[in-house]
Amino acid sequence: MTTSTLTPPATAPAPVRPRRRVRITGAGVMFTYTWLIILWLVLPIFVMILFGFNDPKGRFNQTWQGFTFKWYKDVFAIHELTSALWLSLVIAVVSSLIAGAIGTGIGYALGRYQFRGSGGLNLLLFATMASPELVMGASLLSLFVSLNSGLGASTIVIGHVLFSISFVSTVVRARVITLDRSIEEAAADLGANAWTTFWKVTFPIILPAVFSGVLLAFALSIDDFVVTNFISGNATTFPLYIWGATRVGLPPQVNVMGTLIFATGVLIAVVSNLRSRAKSKQD
Amino acid sequence: MNRVKRTLAPYLLVLPGGLWLLLFFIVPMAAMVSLSLQQGDVINGYRFTGHWQTYVDAITDYRVQLIRSLVYGLIATIILIVMSFPMAYWIAFHGGKRKSTYLFLILLPFFVSFVLRTISWRQLLTDDGVLLHPLKEAGLLSPGFHILGTPSAVIFGLVYNSLPFMVLPIYVALERIDPRVLEAARDLYAKPPTVFRKVVLPLALPGVFAGVLMTFVPASADYVNSQVLGSSSTTMIGQVIQAQYLANSNYPMASALSFMLMAVLLVGVFAYARALGTEDVMNAAAR
Repeated sequence: MTTSTLTPPATAPAPVRPRRRVRITGAGVMFTYTWLIILWLVLPIFVMILFGFNDPKGRFNQTWQGFTFKWYKDVFAIHELTSALWLSLVIAVVSSLIAGAIGTGIGYALGRYQFRGSGGLNLLLFATMASPELVMGASLLSLFVSLNSGLGASTIVIGHVLFSISFVSTVVRARVITLDRSIEEAAADLGANAWTTFWKVTFPIILPAVFSGVLLAFALSIDDFVVTNFISGNATTFPLYIWGATRVGLPPQVNVMGTLIFATGVLIAVVSNLRSRAKSKQD
Repeated sequence: MNRVKRTLAPYLLVLPGGLWLLLFFIVPMAAMVSLSLQQGDVINGYRFTGHWQTYVDAITDYRVQLIRSLVYGLIATIILIVMSFPMAYWIAFHGGKRKSTYLFLILLPFFVSFVLRTISWRQLLTDDGVLLHPLKEAGLLSPGFHILGTPSAVIFGLVYNSLPFMVLPIYVALERIDPRVLEAARDLYAKPPTVFRKVVLPLALPGVFAGVLMTFVPASADYVNSQVLGSSSTTMIGQVIQAQYLANSNYPMASALSFMLMAVLLVGVFAYARALGTEDVMNAAAR
């Protein structure tokens, strides 16, 4: 039997073959096309990584002038750059935790309950997602100007939480909707009250969604430039530092830090993917 | 008692987030509209005077940039659909076991700061950079040829930075198509182009719409690409708004411009979402 699957029977209808060849060529074109676009997408990343090893003579790290490791050794040598990166990390942690907490509340409520005002809330979430970041930043600045309040790290956190809430709640809501309610009923039948059921049964099930929501919020926060630029005042985050430094020449340390952030992000994504794959195999 | 608790539960859960959205989304929008109708300056403060003239000035002075932004956004979106559809189609139907790898590769640029990526492109596209210099040396391009500073460079940047936001929603829509539906169409003697036109395309449209929403709005409101890759002849409305707010501190004018931009975009977006439902769009966005 195995031989017949390996070699086609001699009676196979002849016209099948050329048709197949055409299809393979079409797939080949598509394969090449897809990979060309992927190559195009990662090209600037190559440039970033490469120029972290460049040894520029002047102020501008634009042309290749020799290989060096020294920027990796001196990665924290520029004080302003290091503190900008640190500020970005702190803001990302704080705002993703706040957005995680209050976004989970909204996501859980929308996925679980039917209540008055849920339609309006959905619309509001959609509006925050659909309105351009520029307008979000501009309107927050308008508010802070009208209130005559100062600008800084705390106003940046306000903005970052704002644009993250809708993403966190959408992710959580999707998980809550697919939740098997009979598990909770089983817990109730076994005498657990609503509080215990939530913390011992429901929460562990939705936790991965909460976690990926928080991670998404963290990623959105650490990369944000547009909203931050409006409401930062004198505070400088990593993207704002890069923006400001382009005029006077970007130090190679920026490329090194970009490369390290990139490597960390990819590592986290790959590890979490492998773990969830291993877990789904276990189930 | 328990019943009261249960009916109150969703409101308590929604309260903190709802307050945040109210205080930092609705109230600022109101502040922005109010600021656009005020007069004054940074030193002496602004007073509400119901000064509609700012809107008239905004339109007369910056009509060109506003229209240019929408046109660039539109061109970029059309290019994005044409570029993304075949790729999403191929991954969805022929990606096999590697589907998630392809999606991961498409998302790879997001692990690098958006500003840094755009600056990287300037480095690549600069007149004597690694891309143009060899082509000029080889005589394939005229020495005077340049990309940076042209509308093409700006649209290129918009397309580059938005591509994943178009590929992913289309992919999600195509991925949901049951292969048996396609088989059924073939069994009914539909030729491949007919299957595509009558079955695949209608089922993919929600994904395309979600993609349009997620690319057209940010592209039209962009000011990073136009500033880094463009020149003074490619100024988009985002740059004007940014400069009026942060450099000139002309808050009424900046507010009027942002409000108009938002009004133009959101009216379109909501009409669109009403026709299609917001759920699909939001789920695609949060993936």
